[in-house]
Amino acid sequence: MPVSDETPVDLAPVLESFPSLEVEKGTGALITQPALVLEVVQFLRDDPRYRLDYLSNVTGIDYLATVRKEKRVNEEGKTEIVKIDEPPRMDVVYHFYSMSEKRGLVTLKQRITDRDRPVATSLMPLFRSAEFQEREVYDLFGIDFQGHLDLRRLLMWEEFEDFPMRRDYVEPDDYEYEPTPHGEVLEKAKTHAGLGEGGSEE
Amino acid sequence: MTMESSVVAGSEPTVEPRGFELIEREGLETNLLEVSMGPHHPSTHGVFRMDVKLDGETVTELRPVFGYLHRNHEKLAEDMGYLGSMPFTDRLDYFCSMTNNWAYALAGEKMIDLEVPERAEYVRVIMAELTRLVNHIMLVGFFVNDLGALGTPLLYALREREKILDLFEWASGARMMCNYMRFGGLRNDLPEGWLTKCREVVDAFPYFLDEYEKLLVENEIILVRTQNVGVLKPELAINAGITGPMLRASGVNYDLRKVDAYGVYDRFPFRVPMGEVGDCYDRFMVRILEMRESIKILRQAMDELPEGPIMGEAPRVFKPPAGEIYGRIEGPKGELGFYLVSDGTAKPYRYRVRPPSLVNLTVLEDLCLGHKVADAVVILGSVDIVLGEVDR
Amino acid sequence: MEDPSKSTTSEAHTLSDSVDLDDATRSEMEKAGVIVSSVDWLYNWARSGSVWPLQFGLACCAIEMICSAGSRYDIARFGSEVFRPSPRQADLLIVSGTVTKKMAPQVVRIFNQMPEPKYVIAMGACAISGGPFKQGYNVLKGIDRYIPVDVYIPGCPPRPEAVLHSLMTLQKGIRRQRTLGKGSNNPAYVEGNREYPVPSFSGKDLDPPYNPEVWQPPEKRPNMPEDGCP
Ligand code: SF4
Repeated sequence: MPVSDETPVDLAPVLESFPSLEVEKGTGALITQPALVLEVVQFLRDDPRYRLDYLSNVTGIDYLATVRKEKRVNEEGKTEIVKIDEPPRMDVVYHFYSMSEKRGLVTLKQRITDRDRPVATSLMPLFRSAEFQEREVYDLFGIDFQGHLDLRRLLMWEEFEDFPMRRDYVEPDDYEYEPTPHGEVLEKAKTHAGLGEGGSEE
Repeated sequence: MTMESSVVAGSEPTVEPRGFELIEREGLETNLLEVSMGPHHPSTHGVFRMDVKLDGETVTELRPVFGYLHRNHEKLAEDMGYLGSMPFTDRLDYFCSMTNNWAYALAGEKMIDLEVPERAEYVRVIMAELTRLVNHIMLVGFFVNDLGALGTPLLYALREREKILDLFEWASGARMMCNYMRFGGLRNDLPEGWLTKCREVVDAFPYFLDEYEKLLVENEIILVRTQNVGVLKPELAINAGITGPMLRASGVNYDLRKVDAYGVYDRFPFRVPMGEVGDCYDRFMVRILEMRESIKILRQAMDELPEGPIMGEAPRVFKPPAGEIYGRIEGPKGELGFYLVSDGTAKPYRYRVRPPSLVNLTVLEDLCLGHKVADAVVILGSVDIVLGEVDR
Repeated sequence: MEDPSKSTTSEAHTLSDSVDLDDATRSEMEKAGVIVSSVDWLYNWARSGSVWPLQFGLACCAIEMICSAGSRYDIARFGSEVFRPSPRQADLLIVSGTVTKKMAPQVVRIFNQMPEPKYVIAMGACAISGGPFKQGYNVLKGIDRYIPVDVYIPGCPPRPEAVLHSLMTLQKGIRRQRTLGKGSNNPAYVEGNREYPVPSFSGKDLDPPYNPEVWQPPEKRPNMPEDGCP
């Protein structure tokens, strides 16, 4: 059974028009800088070779600084493991389809290098469907969307300070004592040391 | 109402009609009334809130407020193995647990290129179409409830739903939270005798639909309250990412069962009902027509259901290679997608649900502007939202 | 002023005590044409037979609550089919589903708005403890942190039969309540309208994270070893 047969989309024309675009290895996603994204998307939407008129999904991904290990073959023909430092970054991912031409899928990623103060460009001027989903990304990842007309928190309350979907978010410790903790809960329960001796501290 | 003086022209000088005098004053304005509908409101289908600004009874501004059921599904899923999220998908859109399962299973299968046996695909189709029946019948019930027909049509809908829930319970062990599908197939095969019972239910369904349609479709009040209320133009619908019956009610032919032909949907001939105007009435009718098409699919799927295994060669521990995938199906509410990013471990690095209900709400304000506040309730009902999915 | 009231309460007390007959004696007397009852009994019988729940759904469990009002399970058999949309007219708050932190203040407020005597049923694992979503940052770990709960229904979701059973349990509890007399254990009449402080939003969590009057974190069991496995 074919899992799903999407018509593959040829990315050559858009790469030609925007030479600074990259194609991500492994996923085939287009990677762009936030400054360029509006033009690229407009091209994808209006160009007859694409006509991607339907923005399906918007989301963010948060990458902490990591060390990636990669196997490489060096000049002497030996494989060695190279450590590559990955700087922290954030991605805003868009999935485009074409409703009129029944084409898909094109994935576009805005890559934000400054993870401490992430700023992206909003697609709301071009696609209404970005409205709530970008608000959600702003809410959960703290990415500031330039050009969004109504950027407020979507899911959490206004006074909330953190951005819970970030990888380094620490949730408030509001668990009660469990009689039979195990796994992660056990780790947490240990920090509740004072709790057992009749006192509660939260 | 017009106030006509009964004095015939040419007779005695007219007497000034008594009544209210309209004083024109500069700077006099009516106050806009700000109403917060929800999160506890009988017509918002859960804990949804609309901040409405009213001029008299006319909506001049409408701000949806979300988050009252934000259960951190995505965050939780990133902390557990892939299969561990399967029961959680049940609780996204709690009317349609089967389709949620399928969407997630499909995304997972895409990730490791897993083949699904034929029988499992057929059973999935049966379950998904039964789910569509449940969802649409409940939607119609609630929708008519919002129109003011308190109780009765909803009770009929509940009665029919129970019959299908019995089938689900028999097959999966749970009425609502079925948790029935797995990466590569199904958890267990259909029990003996299930198909006969299912056929009975499906065969009886059209009679119920006939009755229900007779009760509702030509009802004068429903016509007046829904026709030309909340018209959604196709251009806006596409641009705003509307999917599902709501999109098709606006006249856009986009059904993922046809477009993607996932599973074995390409083997079933069925029609895609579409509306012309895009108003509440069309959205309501598209769903009723879709139920009839679902019955067709169901009949064929039950006739053709092959024998065979129900589980593919799924690995014991689901550990996809690094990469990402976006899998989507046509849920009863629209395009339900799962976006999974793997970093090669047994937990997803990023897990994202593309919620059709949330995206379909984007145009709520556009639809409601200029209508009365009572119509806003109707329009919201016709969008078909479930808060578990809107907020996740 | 004081003496007569004292005397009536003590009288009522003795009266209600005196009708605490065992069922056998009671039915024996009924056969003889003597019906012995107390005002309390009559009052509780009437109250328990017409508990009006609030039409208030939070999440998935709400659907099962609606089902129990449907024709198959028919909660009307127990006198509770009148779902009221306004808390002012309701006796029973069924907390049906996940209470998120964003929603918790509204739930407490709704409870405060209900008139006495009022009862709370926590329906489903989520309302009891957070359930499957317990680890979520926005999920309240049990509504009993803010308001007192009378009946808990476990399950995810509990079946409509369980909802009915919880209602029957509640009715039993109501029938046991003493309103008049010295032994009154109906908080509604002892304490006046119970209102609990509404938590407010803060930067990380709800403030306060729980109401110490209503709920305390459970004590560690004394003889339990560190890893919890006895
Ligand atoms: S207990 Fe289960 S069914 Fe009930 S609200 Fe929670 S997740 Fe949903």
